[in-house]
Amino acid sequence: MYSYIVKRLLILLPTLIGAAILVFLLLRLVPGDVCLLRFGGEGGYADPEQIRLCRERLGLDLPIYLQFFDYMVGFFTFDLGVSMWTSQPVTTEIGIRFGLSLQIAIMATLVSVVIALPLGVISAAKQNTPVDYFVRAFSIAGIAMPSFWLGILIILGLLIGSQAWFGRPWMPPIDYVPLWVDPWYNLSALIWPALATGYRYSAVATRMTRSAMLEVLHEDYVRTARAKGLIEKVIINKHALKNAMLPVVTIIGIEFAFLMGGLVVTEQVFNLNGLGKLFVESVTQSDYTLTQALVMLVVAIFVLVNFLVDIMYAWLDPRIRYN
Amino acid sequence: MATPDISIESDELPARKTILQRTGRLARKQPLGFAGGIVVLAMIIMAIFAPWLAPFDPEQANFADMLVPPGAASNMGDGLFLLGTDQFGRDLFSRIIYGARTALTVGFTAAIIGSFAGLALGVASAYFGGYFDLVLQRIIDVFMAFPLIIMALAIVAIFGTGTDKVIIAITIPFIPRCARVVRSSALAVREMPYVDAARSIGYGNARIIFRHIAPNVVAPFLIMLTAFLGEAILLEASLSYLGLGVQEPTPAWGLMLQGGAEEYAESAPWVPIFPGLAITIAVFGFNLFGDAVRDALDPRLRSR
Amino acid sequence: MKSRLTRFAASVVLGSALAVGAGSISASAQEYGGELRLVVGSKIPSYDGHIESTFGMIHPIRPFYSMLIRINPDNPSSPTDFVCDLCVGDVPEPTNDGKTYTFKIRQGVTFQDGTPLTSADIKATFDKMAFPPEGVASNRKAYFKMIDSIETPDPETVVFNLKFASGTFIPSVAMPFNFVYSKKDLDEHGYKWHQTNINGSGPFHFVEHVQGSHVLGKKNPNYYHEGMPYLDGFRAISAPKMSVRLQAIRGGQADIEFRGFPPKARDDLVKALGDQVTVQESDWNCVLLVTPNHKVKPFDDPRVRQALSLAIDRAGGSKYLSQIAIVKTVGGIGFPGHPLSSTPEYLEKNIIGYGKDVEANRARAKELLKEAGHENLKFTLHNRGVDQPYKVVGTWLIDQWKRIGLDVEQWVQPSTPFYATLRTKKDFDVSLDFNCQAVVNPIADISKFLPSGGANYSDFEDQQLEDIYNELLQTGDPAKQRELFAAYEKRVLNDLASQFITLWWYKINPYRSYVKGWKIAPSHYLNQSLENIWIDQAEYKKQLGG
Repeated sequence: MYSYIVKRLLILLPTLIGAAILVFLLLRLVPGDVCLLRFGGEGGYADPEQIRLCRERLGLDLPIYLQFFDYMVGFFTFDLGVSMWTSQPVTTEIGIRFGLSLQIAIMATLVSVVIALPLGVISAAKQNTPVDYFVRAFSIAGIAMPSFWLGILIILGLLIGSQAWFGRPWMPPIDYVPLWVDPWYNLSALIWPALATGYRYSAVATRMTRSAMLEVLHEDYVRTARAKGLIEKVIINKHALKNAMLPVVTIIGIEFAFLMGGLVVTEQVFNLNGLGKLFVESVTQSDYTLTQALVMLVVAIFVLVNFLVDIMYAWLDPRIRYN
Repeated sequence: MATPDISIESDELPARKTILQRTGRLARKQPLGFAGGIVVLAMIIMAIFAPWLAPFDPEQANFADMLVPPGAASNMGDGLFLLGTDQFGRDLFSRIIYGARTALTVGFTAAIIGSFAGLALGVASAYFGGYFDLVLQRIIDVFMAFPLIIMALAIVAIFGTGTDKVIIAITIPFIPRCARVVRSSALAVREMPYVDAARSIGYGNARIIFRHIAPNVVAPFLIMLTAFLGEAILLEASLSYLGLGVQEPTPAWGLMLQGGAEEYAESAPWVPIFPGLAITIAVFGFNLFGDAVRDALDPRLRSR
Repeated sequence: MKSRLTRFAASVVLGSALAVGAGSISASAQEYGGELRLVVGSKIPSYDGHIESTFGMIHPIRPFYSMLIRINPDNPSSPTDFVCDLCVGDVPEPTNDGKTYTFKIRQGVTFQDGTPLTSADIKATFDKMAFPPEGVASNRKAYFKMIDSIETPDPETVVFNLKFASGTFIPSVAMPFNFVYSKKDLDEHGYKWHQTNINGSGPFHFVEHVQGSHVLGKKNPNYYHEGMPYLDGFRAISAPKMSVRLQAIRGGQADIEFRGFPPKARDDLVKALGDQVTVQESDWNCVLLVTPNHKVKPFDDPRVRQALSLAIDRAGGSKYLSQIAIVKTVGGIGFPGHPLSSTPEYLEKNIIGYGKDVEANRARAKELLKEAGHENLKFTLHNRGVDQPYKVVGTWLIDQWKRIGLDVEQWVQPSTPFYATLRTKKDFDVSLDFNCQAVVNPIADISKFLPSGGANYSDFEDQQLEDIYNELLQTGDPAKQRELFAAYEKRVLNDLASQFITLWWYKINPYRSYVKGWKIAPSHYLNQSLENIWIDQAEYKKQLGG
């Protein structure tokens, strides 16, 4: 088992380095840089001297291999540098958004679980009945709907609905106040995107719950339980659900990791100051250092979760280790 | 020499028959999948016959008819706007019909290229194994973990915007995902006795791959392919919404949700609602269809 | 100088400020208290006004600083009405043949950290901008080329000695980017400290900036303008998407946005909120222009460029586009309505593409294309990936060109590669471009069209144009100025068609009617100190409750 873990860990390294190289190259292939945008972005006159100074300060005038060398050294010493746009340390910039993204991820995962578990179980228990079809259609609609469109509809609905009921249009707050400062304000802003994304992500979990339940319902011990005359509700709750949980928990874990990477499009619609919005901003502003750090964060979360899932499965099923 | 060939052929023949039978059963046993198939068919018809179905030129701005509500007549007296118009006075109905063209072009091209490239890489990776497999899998790891938006932005910035560039941006992440799934299926097949037999008779790599391994990974491959179709349409919409996809004045559903559609959502809700509905119905149809294909092809799920 | 200014001020008729609904902008009894929530559509690159040029920095940061002089906050629509901020009395008249300006500095002003402000701080500030040491950036250096030296004979006096008399000196000093810094900060922390720190003497004190979310300011209790500011504080909320800013005002999460909304958005807000919204409108000192790349065939041929300009129905665009985009006014190269600029009647008769008979213009365009041998020309229009007004105007232009048989595809790029293409790569056919200035100063503003002006990306040379401009710079007589201005305009728009104008921007600010005291200026950079804004508390409670 330990040698398997070590082997899997070693495999992570090339992935991380590969992603680091890829993002470095892709960013530099985009014409223009942060200095040109910052000082010439309003269309008027931009002092060439100022642009030169900016490039010098940010090291953009260095040959590309030196820039890469600096970047790699920083990468291995965990010194991610400062944002090229704001001059704040990259870790500070990310730290500010991390809390919001974490909170949304948790809330959306909760929403997703609350939707997925009951629906998946009902769907499996009532397999191939109209109830099953309805649940499946409902959850597939969740993935089919573009999340930003759902966001637009939610805001539209809130504005129109609040005007109709309270005579005064209301929309969720657009600035971020941490949960511990003002829970009500915080939640009134974040519950909507959490609902939108939670619904979307519940689709996969619903399907997983359904098929895991179906699989378990066909297992011998469930049949035995049925033969013993236990009523269906007890069978489902006590016996089947417990055993069906593992793949469901796995899929929820993976989804959580995806959510942590930031909700690029949904954060735009709701003006959330999360990692996804930071991502779009840093990319469109050619903020190399910040984009690189964000990409590495997303990649690291992704490979780490995959690693944990692999380890968990290897632990549960020893055959995998020798494959 | 002829004997193993026949035995393999005879192995496959009944399989083909059951696929046909299953398709027949699909409509009866899979009402959802059948509904999905109808949506897909309707979309294909919309895309092909767009010029005949669309009452207006989808790109012709007409400022006398800006933001006309659904069902109202044109102020220019040249017809009825079934779904209303956008801020340029363009008929939404016509734009949605033509948008099906963009969506299907992007969806099919990206899904087909992505899954075939993934098929080739996955089979090759499994078949050759060793360092080739190891290195290829690490590259695939990188691309699977890499955020799509960076890729899309770089592609747009390097090659410019346009439908073909969106296709590239969407195809790239599909390749490693399909390759990964195909590889694991192919790995299982590789150890099968008939592949050993073919190898022992001295068949070349290409022949073994194409005749013996590839057909056996068809099921997971088709499942990926159909799943990609809906996903590609969604990704295209998201990229266009972020301004990184298809550009004005080309009719594309994601693009129709951006900019004015949001700003005027309150007074002209039809502008964001109909294109979003078109995306949802299309992806919904593709997903139902894909699920049915999966149920039909995945032996593990077939019995259910 | 003064006489000319006064005459300008008297004759300028700007897009009048309109008040819609019950909310009136006329002054009544000001009230104290409340927090103003403004939404800002752009990010803050740094806090240093001397190097930045985005309203994303001006809107949240300007209220923390004072300036030597500024445009009159009570009459901001006049491009020539400058008043003292940190100086006392009127804006000084020059002496020594227009080469010396002596400012008397207000006493008793303190920075946020308590340091008193003296003439030394003014000198240090302008020295930083005009004569930055090696390795220090200043985006204002070019505006202060005329300054020879700055002296401080005593703590109450600053003297600017100019190399030559210049009509652009006062407008340049009044630019809203010229934050006055404390000499102590510059001496102790260096010239880059202000990029990440704030210590000003403005109407508000800096409280916090949460990157990507908001900037908080609170009332400066020792502010030197009597009785101001009225607000307890302000909250500048970052919201890059226009639809979010709009919904925030509608949904009670923000009170005002200072850049500008499209007309349809204004109509929607007024429709939804009725008299709870006040609207102010003004012509805007920003213009979208078309820049053909003269180095790319067939755009080296003036006939082709003229045809492109002739195809544009500007009057029609003004009528229809002004319903969906932040553009409206038909104008030449100068800010519409300014005495130096051409009148609509003049443009219609003398400039190609401005004539009322659109069909005739288009027929002529087709003829020109035929002569040039490019009847069914196909090309790409390079555009910036920003909706308002770039992509809207771009989509409109493509439609206009379609009507003379041209097949144009839009090539939209995100901002960074867009500017790289425009400024350095130059691999575009025809590009949308824009010129946007803070203080209205037509003679300086039209340097955009000058090949040697530093901001002209159409890549050509023309000695005749350079000569006209140089003469214009050195002429003091208004009549002669207008004559040269017109000649310059004709050379640019007719003979060369080197670049051409689409429509001028139109600034529309709908906001919650409990916000009082603010007056619109012809630029989103101007009049942003927020000191004269106050909140009608009764109205606020009525609209938002509690």
